[in-house]
Amino acid sequence: MPVTQTPSGPVWTRRTTTEQWASWAGWLAVAVLFVISWQVMNTNTIWSFVDDAPRQAGDLLSRSWPPRWSYVGNLWLPLWDTLNMATLGTLIGTILAVPTAFFAARNTTPSVAILRPVALFVIVASRSINSLIWALLLVAILGPGILAGIIAIALRSIGFIGKLLYEAIEEIDESQVEAIRATGAGGWQVLDYGIVPQVLPAFAGITVFRWDINIRESTILGLVGAGGIGLQLQSSLNVLAWSQVTVIFALILVTVIVSEWVSGKVRTAII
Amino acid sequence: MLRIDALDKRYKTGDHALKGVSFTVERGQVVGLIGPSGAGKSTLIRCINRLVESSRGKVLLNDVEITGMSGSGLRRMRRRIGMIFQEYALVERLTVMENVLSGRLGYVPFWRSFLRRYPQADVDKAFALLDRVGLTDHVDKRADALSGGQRQRVGIARALEQDPELLLVDEPTASLDPKTSRQIMRLICEVCRERQLPAIINIHDVSLAQMFVDRIIGLRAGEVVFDGPPDGLDHAALTEIYGEEDWNQMRAEKEEDARDEEDAAAFEATRRERMEGIA
Amino acid sequence: MSATPPVAGRRWRRPPLFIQSRLWRWVIYSGVLVYLVLAVGSLEVDWQRVYAGLERAQRFIGGFLVPDFVTRSDQIWRGMVESLTMTVCATVVGIAISVPIGIGAARNIAPWPVRVVCRAIIAVSRAFQEIVIAILFVAMFGFGPFAGFVTLSFTTIGFLSKLLADDIEEIDESQAEATRATGAGWWQIVNYGVQPQVMPRLIGLSLYRLDINFRESAVIGIVGAGGIGATLNTAMERYDYDTAGAILLLIILLVMAAEYGSSHIRKWIQ
Ligand SMILES: Nc1ncnc2c1ncn2[C@@H]1O[C@H](COP(=O)(O)OP(=O)(O)OP(=O)(O)O)[C@@H](O)[C@H]1O
Ligand SMILES: [Mg+2]
Repeated sequence: MPVTQTPSGPVWTRRTTTEQWASWAGWLAVAVLFVISWQVMNTNTIWSFVDDAPRQAGDLLSRSWPPRWSYVGNLWLPLWDTLNMATLGTLIGTILAVPTAFFAARNTTPSVAILRPVALFVIVASRSINSLIWALLLVAILGPGILAGIIAIALRSIGFIGKLLYEAIEEIDESQVEAIRATGAGGWQVLDYGIVPQVLPAFAGITVFRWDINIRESTILGLVGAGGIGLQLQSSLNVLAWSQVTVIFALILVTVIVSEWVSGKVRTAII
Repeated sequence: MLRIDALDKRYKTGDHALKGVSFTVERGQVVGLIGPSGAGKSTLIRCINRLVESSRGKVLLNDVEITGMSGSGLRRMRRRIGMIFQEYALVERLTVMENVLSGRLGYVPFWRSFLRRYPQADVDKAFALLDRVGLTDHVDKRADALSGGQRQRVGIARALEQDPELLLVDEPTASLDPKTSRQIMRLICEVCRERQLPAIINIHDVSLAQMFVDRIIGLRAGEVVFDGPPDGLDHAALTEIYGEEDWNQMRAEKEEDARDEEDAAAFEATRRERMEGIA
Repeated sequence: MSATPPVAGRRWRRPPLFIQSRLWRWVIYSGVLVYLVLAVGSLEVDWQRVYAGLERAQRFIGGFLVPDFVTRSDQIWRGMVESLTMTVCATVVGIAISVPIGIGAARNIAPWPVRVVCRAIIAVSRAFQEIVIAILFVAMFGFGPFAGFVTLSFTTIGFLSKLLADDIEEIDESQAEATRATGAGWWQIVNYGVQPQVMPRLIGLSLYRLDINFRESAVIGIVGAGGIGATLNTAMERYDYDTAGAILLLIILLVMAAEYGSSHIRKWIQ
């Protein structure tokens, strides 16, 4: 903590003067950025719509209630599709993510100059693009249906699993690897005995975690035509059947809670 | 027989860790390698099984040159050299048995090691070794559930499972209490004599080294400055290796250590008697 | 040393990794197998359609490799500006609301009625995804970035207040105790005993959330909440894959830049 000597004795301030200034400048910059952004964002906003929002909300509520519970019968098959999309997508994504992670980790990559940057780019690209956007592209290419959804989920999962896994690989205890190498083990044996046991718990945890997220995401992929319960959501929205939308939301909520519970159980069982 | 000839190592960082080290170790001879921290003891040991690449010089094991090998030749050479580490370096999440069997990795094909289907002869040998180091009851425990002394015993069993022709030991006792240290040192030296194995043991504890090894090599700043029998390690030699220090003080401590060991043995004996009395 | 001398020929098998009971292992493994067969069996793939799509895939990959930033540059620009302003506003407003809610939800400093209310707000905001919330807010506020802004602010609250509350609950109690011992009031305890401990992580999380908000802003446009997602959606509907490729590349680049920048800012702040 800086203490400055002045004629009237030492004065204590929390920060040095430059630090203080830098911090104020930072806050000011944030404020200015916010004001400008606000203005630019709202150039086309029609404020009467915004003012009208509470009334719209009330209207929405009255149309959503009571929910049309009988509609739930139409939802079981889409729900099954949704679960399959998430599970198969996670499976495929994992299969692709594992080699990617080993290529990306500094201590296991076979080539630092070429394969590692490629693997890192694959991971970033997959992570930057939401599975809904992947689904949008894939529906255009493969046609509507759950295949597009599975691949979308898989493509998005590569980045997530790949990143967390390669970080786990880079954090392993090298001395264990060295000891295995010192016994005369070959490359694959070093992988099997020295590296895999160390990252296996992390890997299992990451995969289950991603499966849980994928369940959530697969519920809405139908909005762009990739199958599952989202398709029902889309068609109900199109005809403004809000009482059906309520039922769908409720089912999504239950699914998500159950999957979260399952993944929590599995993770504690593994670790 | 191990021959080291003018071994030189310079790290990329510029550290000149070894400066023309030469010596020969005969069959069954246990060599204690001592020297201050940073003298290059670990570097020397690692240059022998090529975990670290030496810059110049030769290493020969039973008249076969180790330096210059690569690929499968290097692997076949490594499997003949057992190594024991300071922090045990066991694969923590594998069982004791898997750790011991990993000593056979250089001998078995990948599918066998992957499926954990080792030849019965290897498994027999592993059981015998675990019995030898006193861990028969812990075969299927995970390594991270063992105490330090037990882990080091697994490390020893793993090295011996390789049927080594040379044993490299890097500070085997640095993480252990004095009594366990002695047991571990005794175990290593006994095995070496039984099997007529040459061994190099890096060790910081000079008196412990003197108690067990046949020969001591003193390293200082990458150079051999002492090479002789343990008794020859006098005040002058220690000063040459470590610099000025009150060595007599250490001598006294060593005698005290010996007394402690006697006490411990006596205590152990009375405890056993008492337990038998209860039974 | 040991009671049982080794017998040659003693077998050894690796103990099972996950499920110890043999029956359960069998039940679970075959259950998984049956599920996989059923799941793959219920896949209905129109291979002809897939085959027909290959040509589009080619065009799309072409669009990605040779992106067209120019033809619809004004639309891309507008979408980007909307996304970025939406992100900034939603993050700032979201943080401003998250902090009091996060404090109110922390077990060790908030009284229980406040805590219950705050935890309830967090739970509601976390229960649904951005896209579902965006659907509702678009219905309420009409199309455009304002609905997106409200959506992102709302989801930011769930994310940040939860992590902030967890952080506050994990602080080193002794420091807050020490402040309390000097006779400080509630505000002073929060200011001196709690804030210094959670501030660095709060800043880190805020930057992380900024990053997430930008990524999400690219998605919620698909349901009408403005931003680059809307532009992307339009491009896809027009089969304009060159523009779509350009937009995707821009998103990837911006996310990379944001990650790189925020890791630097985080280092600089600590
Ligand atoms: N991987 C490395 N890269 C660069 N320099 C190293 C490396 N390992 C060791 N050195 C340097 O080489 C010299 C010898 O180190 P070494 O580890 O062999 O010493 P040591 O005698 O084993 O010491 P200690 O008793 O502390 O284990 C030291 O100066 C050290 O800094
Ligand atoms: Mg060393």
